[in-house]
Formats: sequence, structure tokens, C-alpha cells
Amino acid sequence: MCAKKVDAIVIGAGWAGSILAKELTEAGLSVVMLERGDERATAVEGDYPSSIDELRGAIRHRLFQNLSQSTVTIRNTLDQEALPYRRLAAFLPGEGVGGAGLHWSGVHFRVAPDDLALRTNVVARYGKNFIPEGMNLQDYGVTYEELEPFFDKAEKVFGTSGEPYTIKGKIAGNGNRFAPDRSDVFPLPAMGEVYSASLFRSAAANVGYHPYALPAANASAQYTNPYGVQMGPCNFCGYCSGYDCYMYSKASPNVNILPALRQDPKFTLITKAHVLKVNLDADKKKATGVSYLDLRTKKQVELDADLVIISAFQFHNVHLMLLSGIGQPYDPQQNTGTVGRNFVYQTITTSRAWLSPKQYTNLFVGAGGAGVAIDDFNSMNFDHGPLGFVGGSPVWVNQAGVKPIAAATGGPGGKAPTWGEGYKEAMVDTYRHSLTIDAHGSNMAYRDVYLDLDPTYSNAYGQPLLRMTFNWKDNDIRMNQYVVGKIEPIIKAMGATKYSLGMLKDGEVFDTRRYQTTHLGGGAIMGTDPKTSCVNRYLQSWDVSNVFVIGASAFPQGMGYNPTGMVAALAYWAAYHIRTTYLKNPGPMVQA
Amino acid sequence: MKIPSSTRRNFTAGLLGSASFWMYGGHKVWADALQSESAQSYNPKYFNHEEWLFLNAACARIFPADAHGPDAALLGAPEFIDRQMDTPYGHGELWYMSGPFKEGAPNLGYQLSLPPRDLYRQAIAAANAYVRDHHQGQTFAQLAIPEQIALLKVFEQGKMALGAVPAHTFFEQLRQNTLEGVFSDPLYGGNKGLAGWTLLGFPGARADFMDWVNQKGAPYPFGPVSISGETA
Repeated sequence: MCAKKVDAIVIGAGWAGSILAKELTEAGLSVVMLERGDERATAVEGDYPSSIDELRGAIRHRLFQNLSQSTVTIRNTLDQEALPYRRLAAFLPGEGVGGAGLHWSGVHFRVAPDDLALRTNVVARYGKNFIPEGMNLQDYGVTYEELEPFFDKAEKVFGTSGEPYTIKGKIAGNGNRFAPDRSDVFPLPAMGEVYSASLFRSAAANVGYHPYALPAANASAQYTNPYGVQMGPCNFCGYCSGYDCYMYSKASPNVNILPALRQDPKFTLITKAHVLKVNLDADKKKATGVSYLDLRTKKQVELDADLVIISAFQFHNVHLMLLSGIGQPYDPQQNTGTVGRNFVYQTITTSRAWLSPKQYTNLFVGAGGAGVAIDDFNSMNFDHGPLGFVGGSPVWVNQAGVKPIAAATGGPGGKAPTWGEGYKEAMVDTYRHSLTIDAHGSNMAYRDVYLDLDPTYSNAYGQPLLRMTFNWKDNDIRMNQYVVGKIEPIIKAMGATKYSLGMLKDGEVFDTRRYQTTHLGGGAIMGTDPKTSCVNRYLQSWDVSNVFVIGASAFPQGMGYNPTGMVAALAYWAAYHIRTTYLKNPGPMVQA
Repeated sequence: MKIPSSTRRNFTAGLLGSASFWMYGGHKVWADALQSESAQSYNPKYFNHEEWLFLNAACARIFPADAHGPDAALLGAPEFIDRQMDTPYGHGELWYMSGPFKEGAPNLGYQLSLPPRDLYRQAIAAANAYVRDHHQGQTFAQLAIPEQIALLKVFEQGKMALGAVPAHTFFEQLRQNTLEGVFSDPLYGGNKGLAGWTLLGFPGARADFMDWVNQKGAPYPFGPVSISGETA
């Protein structure tokens, strides 16, 4: 059978893929989007009340990747044998239409501009010797000013709620004073503040920090986005993270983009289509299309295209590049190659404060993107000189709705028992009268932290699994410890009756058994030098110019902010340059 | 939002869901009555008799009866676990279960070839064999409560293996599943009378707090409701 041909193939139906598919069909291209998981619709996965089911949702991972078909292997160091990540725990990739964009919480940041040129900024302020040996500190190759229109566009599509600080250089609200200047207001006003968040706001202000409302892709009011699709007002039900929002209040590709995209006859979505590889021509300079497995018929299908967008989850992007032979795999011994280089994560630790028995925090009330944060210790907003580390953390109360199984299995915290005598009493006190504060911070890239193909384990289709070599490093542990130390005075100012500070320990080893965050990054990073980056500043492969790789895989460092806002802005940025430059004259947009 | 109270809810379940009843009432009498009732009303589909007795005793030690309410066995956690054994989860269909299976550093996570149902079968048999050897032929369920607790602590510390299963791995599986049974929606067989949710103050499937975003630290005034509409 001859392969079918379309203008563009988009791999993955999450945020990045949906944005690219929308933009490319608008440009007149025929687009086929391939999603290996199931169709997802809020009318089904978000059906009330059956969706309000913690066991089926967050505990048995209804919307997450089923690892039985494919997973990764993990090791901490180069001399270790990697073993499979057999059970979902530390990070939770999505699967199915909407991808991780369906089960995310909705914290919707822009970027700290200093983070886009972190190497340049660190060297300028502290000198080259400030960068620890073995740290691959790099710039993105794009500026905030260039990206601003695309952050703005993404917020309008997502229906983002928030409070500005400055708009076009003028103070316009009581928002984050460390946030970069905006061209426009948020589409919706900031979300309401739960009791815990309001306590954090006043306590943080009392100790001299600068609290602000988290920007949330949870709709604080009814909203219709530029694509004409509607969102309902968030009612703080608490079923954001891990769930399909039954109120249509949390932005998702399913709610905010796909309803418009599905109307376009030039767009075709094929589910249960597992892409095996991107096909290349003989000299590996051009992609000819993809080979995918139709999971319904179990047959391999060839689909040709002029343009291939790799826009799956971060590490799936890197896996596909390695399986397809796009670019040179990174070799940590020789320090050559780029695919898999600068694999990064985020540091996140949680501290807890207990209030008096008269103060009920009602932890079940919440919204995934809402809360109050401070940026005083994020990015380069503080002097790193005497501290001797790179990076930082926002700190926040982000009460996303704590469900009972997660609370109960996590335990009461502090020194309380996790079962048996005394457990219930402590658990009740924690669930009714405590609140949590997170330090959600950066993670730098290192020469011996990377992604490659595993030599032993394979997926259900006979392909080698992706191998993660990852561990926490001293720089990031010290950063976390420093920032967590700044939480203590806030907790004291709240009048807490007791508290426990959560922080990384000296020499702490990455533990795959405990949920941390799904904010994995890097491995197919953007940059200005093809020797140290996989894709150019337009997210175009340096090696195969009709392949673009979109997602958090492009981040050279793990930043303190949640990644989705940056992923969406980069997706719109890449799409804009494909539409205005690439399609008119296909070929490398930056000469290597 | 108003969801009508289920007509299927029986009188004892309603009492069970009342925190004040458990805290101030003579709950032992009712616990005994419910124990005999629930023991008759559910026949395990997966676990054999000896395993079932083990599970009931272990669940009750992990989440014991006290002034705050009944134990996990009374709340249906064993029934929950038994029913979970015949789900994709119980069969290990949500996990990557391809070999080779090798032991590794604990932080690299679960590396056994056993899905939950096989893990329970092996570990309970090994645990009872261990108890027989050390306690004159008795099973775990026949031990006095303090002895059961002491043994669970030994498993938790993980200094021994139960068949192919490290005792700590088994203990964590048991603790996790017991608490899932106590705190999941009652449609899965546990959380009888919504007593788990009532204990914590979790309102279940209400999922609408538009008027309760910030009540300045006041307690939420409404009791829980389940997906089927059961209230407490």
C-alpha cells in the first residue's frame, strides 16, 4: 500500500500539539494529529458526579500514561544499571487526547526574563567561575520581549485569571512585582483566595516579602476565548490535578482548542496511533513522514508529510528523536552530541503549618492554579553572590483541593504515626487545621544527567525504552535549603501552633517512589549553537529542518515556574515563525 | 446542590457516619453488631478463608477502632481490597511488568514480578508461616492484638522477606490499600456509612464550594455525600 501524504503531521494531542495543529490549519495546511491514547471528552471523563472519584482518578491514574505498554528506566549515576519505572509515582505523564494538559492543575506562569538568558546573566553578575564544574548552564536564545505577544495570546486562549503588576510600563495592579511587563491585562480577574492563601498573603507581607495571586488557567468567571469556545466559572471543587474539570473551568486542549480545531475539514485526529519513528530520507536531512502503529488493528501505517511536529510529552519527544535518528545522541563521556543532553527536572519540597483547633483550613476546597506566592527568592530576584548557588524557587500556598486518600496515605506529617494508635487523631488534626507551603524551584542541567536509549528493557512494540540518568546535585539542594529557610518566618508570622519544614537533604538521592512533580524538561533543548542544542530558537531541528520539536523538552534548565505557560508561548512562537517564514521558504531558519 | 439521601441507606450505616455517635456513644456495642453483620454480608471472591482472616485483622490494626470511630475492617477495607484484586490494578495491568526483574536500590522503586493479587497471596502465606513457627502454630489472626501490632511493626521495619516479597513492600501495599478502602467512595466496598470521610471532615462528591472559598477559618457545615447519593 502506498503511504498517504498530508502537509503536516503533529505527534501528540496535548497543549503543544493542539496549538501547532490549530496554527497550521489556520495557515491552510492539511494536518493529521496522531495520539497514541484514547479520545477524551469532558462529557465522559468529566461527567459529574462519576468524575468526583479519587480512587479512579488520581489514585488509579485514569488520565495518565499506562506504563504496561511503555515506560522509562531510571538510574542515578552513570555506573548504575537503570531499572524500569514500573509504577507511576514520582512523575505522571498523561495519555490520551489533551495529554498532560487534561490532568494538569492550571498554574499558568509566563517566564522570569532572567531565566531565558541565565548563563549570560550569571556570568555578567558573578563571573564565569561562579558556575559549578559540570553544570551545563545555557541561554534559550530568545528574549522575553520576543515572546511577550505569544504569552499574551496563550493567556487569552487559556482564559487565564490573574492580577497584573505593570502593563506597558505602568503599574496596573497589585500583582507580582517581579513579573515582567505585560502588553495587556489578564483575560480574567484573579481567582478568589482560600483561607490558607489569605493567611499566607498577610504573613508574607508582614515579614517583608511581596505576595501575589498565582496566575491560574482556572476561570474566575465565565469566559469565551478567541476561538469561540466557552469556559464556566470555577467553583473550587478541588478536582483539577488528575481530573477532567467537570465545570469546564480549567483550561485544557480538549476545552479550549480542540472544539474549534475539530470543525476544520483540514484537520484529522487519529487516536490509538502510536508513532514508532519519524522517517528520514537517506542522508537524514529531511523527514518524509512517520511510521505509526494503529493500536486498534495492530498494523503499522506509513504516513508521509512535508512537515513533522514532534509535540508529545517532554521525554517522549526525546525518545522519538533517538528512535528516529534525528540529530546526534548525547554522550556524557565525550561530551558530544545533543539529543538527551540537559535533561532537567524541578526541585519541590513541602512544608506544613498547623493552626489552632478553631481554625479550619478546609483543605478539600481549592483550585489547582489558585493561590498566593512570593517570587522574592525565585530566578535572579535576590543576590546569589554570597550564597554560591544558581537558581531559585517561588514559594506558595497552592491549595488545589486535598482529597482523603492522598491525605491519609501521605500521613499526618511531623513525627506523627502513619498507621495504628494515634494515627487517626493526628490525621484529623492535619486534615482540618493545617496548610502546606511549597518551594517549587529550579533544577540545573549537568553533564552526567541525561537521556538515552536503555540497553536492556523495551516497550510493548519491541523498541528500547528511554533511560533517565538523574540525580539531585549539591547546587540545587543548597538552593532548596536556602529558600525553605525563608519560609520559616512566614509560618511564624501566621501564628502556627507547630510546623515542619520540608527540604532536600545534603546528598539526597532522587527517589522514584514518591510524587514530586511532572515538570520534567530538557533533552531536546533550544539554543543558538548546534553543538550544545538540538533545536534552534524557533524549535526547528538543527539536523532535520522539516522537523520541529515543541515542548518542555526545549528548556535548557528546569525553572522555578510551572512549565505549561512557557510551553504554550514557545508553541505559538514557533508556529508564528513557521507560518511567516518557514512555509514560504522551507529550510533551516537559522544557519548552523 | 442537593442530592437526595439514598433510600438504600440503612439505619446502622447512618449512625456509623455520625462522628458524635462514635466519639460519645457506646460504640463498642455497635461495632460488635456491625462486625457480625458485615462478616455475613460479604463473601470474599479472591482471598481464601485464612487470607481473609489475616486481612481483616491487619486492616483493623492499621486503622484501629478508637474514640474517633470504628476500625478499617468494620468500614469494609477488606471487602475493598478483595474487590480490587480483580481489577486491572489487581492484575498488575497498570504497571510495567516486563523483565528482566532485578533487585535494585530501594529508591528505584518496585522491581518484583508480582501484581498486587500475587503479592498478597505470597506474602500472607509467608507471614502466617512465620507466625506459626514463632507462636505455637497460631496464625496472624489468632494472635492477641498487641502481638499483631508488634508483628506489623516488624514488617514495616522491613528486616525480613515474606516469600519473594520484602516485608516492608508488603506492609506498604497493605497500608496503602487499607487507607484507600477507608477513604474511597463507598461504591468500591469500603468507607461504609461514609465514616471515613466523616472522620476527616471531607464532604465527598459535593464538589461545589463557590460560597466556601474563604469563610475565614470556619468549619464547613455539611456532611459528606457519595457518588450514589448516600449521605451521612
